[in-house]
Amino acid sequence: MKPIATTRMATGVPTGRLAVWWLIVSEVVLFGGLLGAYVMHRLGHPEWAEMASHTKPLLGGLNTMVLLTSSLAAVLAHHAAENGDGKKAAKLLGFTILGGFMFLVIKSFEWTAEIQAGYTITAGGFWSFYYTAAGIHASHVIAGMIAMAFVAKDAAKGLELQRVEYVGLYWHFVDVVWIFLFPLLYIAR
Amino acid sequence: MGQAGEAHYIKIWKILTVLLVISVVGPMAEIKVLTLITAFGVALVKAYLVAKHFMHIPLEPKWLTQLLIMGMAIILVFFFGVAPDVMKHEGANWEHTTAIEFVENAKKNPPADHH
Repeated sequence: MKPIATTRMATGVPTGRLAVWWLIVSEVVLFGGLLGAYVMHRLGHPEWAEMASHTKPLLGGLNTMVLLTSSLAAVLAHHAAENGDGKKAAKLLGFTILGGFMFLVIKSFEWTAEIQAGYTITAGGFWSFYYTAAGIHASHVIAGMIAMAFVAKDAAKGLELQRVEYVGLYWHFVDVVWIFLFPLLYIAR
Repeated sequence: MGQAGEAHYIKIWKILTVLLVISVVGPMAEIKVLTLITAFGVALVKAYLVAKHFMHIPLEPKWLTQLLIMGMAIILVFFFGVAPDVMKHEGANWEHTTAIEFVENAKKNPPADHH
């Protein structure tokens, strides 16, 4: 028997997918509020430019590349799942998880260097936002990787293939958030 | 939902990669307008491409897109409601002396310059 989220479609969108969209809308408000607060503080505090100049745009750019590539793997997994190829979908989700892992490794190197240089979360307003925004984003990356591991496990057996799309939607959203975080935290100086 | 082939998704990824390079290289010229266009303008284009081609938003019902826009509209209400207090440190009949002093001091002594 299939779970009700797979078969029920009161709104024209399968309930499972609708739930993911609902989650994404709530995340839009969460990250939008955070980024909105950052932008207004950044514009009101010109001295933040000096602090922002210590971030590393090349590492931020590399992480953007990693996330964009992992998003490609996620959408290709969705494509494979739609064609009923659960094994390929699981393999591609594995690549997506690997992308998330690479992102976190690069981030940890970056943070270690910054903290060792004295730029901790209490070093100034900019750094508070920097660690909070990137930290909340990283926690979403971790959550996505865990969810994807469960979905990939079932997909490899050809089970619940619709979930490949759902977890992919979430991952693309995490990617979109980073697309905006990157210029705000690394480029604007 | 995904109706395009693998080649299509790879093409979009290639475009996103080129846009990423532009957003890193563009601001290096240190021209304010160019930075705004290459960093923030390009970010909007990248987000649009991911939403359209990877998340397949055009294939969803219209009300779902409207729901997303509603979420963003709430942020705008928040921004314009709070921004005057946060961004401005003085106005016609008032000034936030502590904030002004804080900015001036921070400019003279960067808070975390431990090098």
